[in-house]
Amino acid sequence: MSIKLNALFSDSYVDISQYRDQHFKGNRYEQEKLLKQSCTLYVGNLSFYTTEEQVHELFSKSGDVKRIIIGLDKVKKTACGFCFVEYYTRADAENAMRFINGTRLDDRIIRTDWDAGFKEGRQFGRGKSGGQVRDEYRQDYDPARGGYGKLVQKS
Amino acid sequence: MSRRRHSDEGDAGSQPHKRRRTSEPIEIEDRLESLICRVGEKSTSSLESNLEGLAGVLEADLPNYKGKILRILCAVARLLPEKLTVYTTLVGLLNARNYNFGGEFVEAMIRQLKETLKSNLYSEALYLVRFLNDLVNCHVIAAPSMVAMFENFVSVTQEEDIPQVRSDWYVYAVLSSLPWVGKELYEKKDVEMDRLFNQIEGYLKQRQKTHVPMLQVWTAEKPHPQEEYLDCLWAQVQKLKKDRWQERHILRPYIAFDSVLCEALQHNLPPFTPPAHSDDAVYPMPHVVFRMFDYTDAPEGPVMPGSHSVERFVIEENLHCIIKSHWRERKTCAAQLLSYPGKNKIPLNYHIVEVIFGELFQLPSPPHIDVMYTALLIELCKLQPGSLPQVLAQATEMMYMRLDTMNTICIDRLINWFSHHLSNFQFRWSWDDWADCLTQDIEKPKPKFVKEVLEKCMRLSYHQRIVDIVPPSFSALIPANPVCSYKYEEETECPLPGLAMATTVSNAIKNRASNEEILIVLKDVPNPNQDDDDDEGDGFNPLKIEVFLQTLLHLAAKSFSHSFSALAKFHEVLKNLTDSDEGKLHILRVLYEFWRNHPQMISVLVDKLIRTQIVDCAAVANWIFSPEMAHDFTRFYVWEILHSTIRKMNKHVQKIQKELDEAKEKLEKQQNKKQRDSGDEEDMEKNSEDEEGQLEEQIERLQEKVESAQSEQKNLFLVIFQRFIMLLTEHLVRCETSGVDINTTWYKNCIERLQQIFLMHHVIIQQYMGTLENLLFTAELDHHILAVYQQFCALQL
Repeated sequence: MSIKLNALFSDSYVDISQYRDQHFKGNRYEQEKLLKQSCTLYVGNLSFYTTEEQVHELFSKSGDVKRIIIGLDKVKKTACGFCFVEYYTRADAENAMRFINGTRLDDRIIRTDWDAGFKEGRQFGRGKSGGQVRDEYRQDYDPARGGYGKLVQKS
Repeated sequence: MSRRRHSDEGDAGSQPHKRRRTSEPIEIEDRLESLICRVGEKSTSSLESNLEGLAGVLEADLPNYKGKILRILCAVARLLPEKLTVYTTLVGLLNARNYNFGGEFVEAMIRQLKETLKSNLYSEALYLVRFLNDLVNCHVIAAPSMVAMFENFVSVTQEEDIPQVRSDWYVYAVLSSLPWVGKELYEKKDVEMDRLFNQIEGYLKQRQKTHVPMLQVWTAEKPHPQEEYLDCLWAQVQKLKKDRWQERHILRPYIAFDSVLCEALQHNLPPFTPPAHSDDAVYPMPHVVFRMFDYTDAPEGPVMPGSHSVERFVIEENLHCIIKSHWRERKTCAAQLLSYPGKNKIPLNYHIVEVIFGELFQLPSPPHIDVMYTALLIELCKLQPGSLPQVLAQATEMMYMRLDTMNTICIDRLINWFSHHLSNFQFRWSWDDWADCLTQDIEKPKPKFVKEVLEKCMRLSYHQRIVDIVPPSFSALIPANPVCSYKYEEETECPLPGLAMATTVSNAIKNRASNEEILIVLKDVPNPNQDDDDDEGDGFNPLKIEVFLQTLLHLAAKSFSHSFSALAKFHEVLKNLTDSDEGKLHILRVLYEFWRNHPQMISVLVDKLIRTQIVDCAAVANWIFSPEMAHDFTRFYVWEILHSTIRKMNKHVQKIQKELDEAKEKLEKQQNKKQRDSGDEEDMEKNSEDEEGQLEEQIERLQEKVESAQSEQKNLFLVIFQRFIMLLTEHLVRCETSGVDINTTWYKNCIERLQQIFLMHHVIIQQYMGTLENLLFTAELDHHILAVYQQFCALQL
């Protein structure tokens, strides 16, 4: 009956971002295909002290959460400021991208992005010191993320 | 290409221009779409000159792109109702330049109207009707033919044996167009219009309004009555008529083009017969107009139009339409709301806040997911930091003051919204302003509300934070510290039965015992209920369950993930222990006892137990209504668990139904293919026969599965309704015999929770109406309880 007006009704909060996992086993096309079907979100800029319970409460607002995997420092095995949230349905994950991404959890603006799917090993930070890469090089002081960046701490 | 997706600069309303350099047909079509969709947005030129320019461009493109232009214009008429008059003016200008195009457009619109009505797209159909009406103002459609269409609409009220919601829609379509076109139609055909008015008035007088109490947000009439939507609109149109159709709010660009437009030839609408009623028709449900502000609430600045003014109707309609168009993109939505044309003449922030809460509290359900409204209000606060937060605070204060008469379902939504909102603003709130609730009984709505809000705030933060944010006087309302209660802690004076076993089990688990090994260990647990016949010890043994589950949960208490792992690891043991209905009930009791200070943990564990089929949905329902849970019966988390349980049941049925439908489709395709390919080699035919046989078997199995699931679903609702009826009847009888007023806080809560079951799951429940009426909601039932059922039935009559 009707045409879809592309110029209207954009849904940009649901688009995939520019980020591609460099450790992904497969080519760009395969990764993008998975991202576009995924029910799993990467959640970043968490405080190191944010609990699974807090994440569950917030992300349940867009639908039933299937599982949460808290990101860990590879060396210390403690929370290092990110996690994965997996939903049972894509639609619920999309609503999280629309309405939870960019709002606060534990007083911090968190960022969500599509993830191709959790695989064992991906729960660990990839920075040289064991945490996330972003905490290696940053110059600012963030008490909820271990204080200064690792590079600054070492100097 | 650098992508800064949601730029925080003021650019939120517009979308990136795409400049086309080549003139490929497909790109011209995109350009046409873009030009048409974006006319009326912020621009350096005036709206009139933009419309004039666009009309010229489109006229020039008509020879080659007429079909596309027609389709785009029909689509914007249907999907962009907030820009109605911009597009009707555009069509008016095109019609003035090209009479045939005008005629084709009207025909296309009528076709579209028929299709939307047949497809149950009633709000879109409404926008189309309104559009056609405004085309009368643009001299595209002749007024008498519009009146004739109205006459056909109103004659639906004379049809027999139709649901009231059907005739409601047609009357609503007529009335809701009148703010735009009333003046013109009355000038041309006042006798016919008066006749229509009388017919409508007669219809409205005899309409059934049983459904109204179920849909009201507040039960009180003051300060603002919660009016039924048709009654409110009728009052607004009456007032407009009395004011001789003087309406100054609607933006009418066509007035500037009057000299051009009045030269145009008009078209007559073809006679339009409303499609006949069919059983698959799903008409919109009635609703109640939500009002929380009036002119006394906006202290300075422009005055808020009165509740029965047509301006109020138009503003609310337009704001609802903007949200409907842009809900997926909260920044755009906020920007569009705040740039509402004519905003300087109205207290826009108040209208926006009222419309948003109106949607959030809409019964049975909000038009969009609850969390969208939280995100939208945050964006609005960001865009208007100097004014919107104050209006929001004022609204919150007002709603707090009126909690005593607010529907429990709406209070739930308010709790969720307020706690989530606060978590985005460091939980800053003037709690002392609400100190009045501290002197009230803790079960009363105000202290209860504060208590539940603090509980939700804690879930988004942590216990000490909550202690820090409220004044010390509020300590009674602070939630319990969410720690577990392990009954087998070592040092007690009188060791509990099972303490030794608990230690054994604990050690076994720590030593990585398997499920079989644990079951062997548990065999030694004595059964306090033991029958002499039950030598095997396989019957329901509550102590076994307690010892095992308490110990397991204690070892896994650290986090949700730990607990989920534990349940998964010992699934076999748990299945074994909960073989009976009593077992299932007891596991829930033990879980509750252990985690009673941590309702969030109870919720997630009950969810897991259902999903891993250790307990079934009916067990959860029975547990919630059990005497042990009576003191938590009015707590929010209990109802969250129950509704989550019902939703899981519903999704389960849907899932199997879908599998069945897919298998049937596959079989059909297979059979069609066989017909086409008959005459192929024997091998292929045999293979396809095998496949068919397998599919048929699968379909039979799935059919059984669906029936079994539906039976379970029906049973779940029966259990729930039965338990409600028992509880409520007990209360009513007790009050009657002791001469006490039935309207206690508990009663209001309980009866509204019953309403909530109907409202939240009305689609599913409608399938089982027959059974419900025969078994439960019979005429013998107390009329207070029966009234809820009758109001529910009235929603779709």
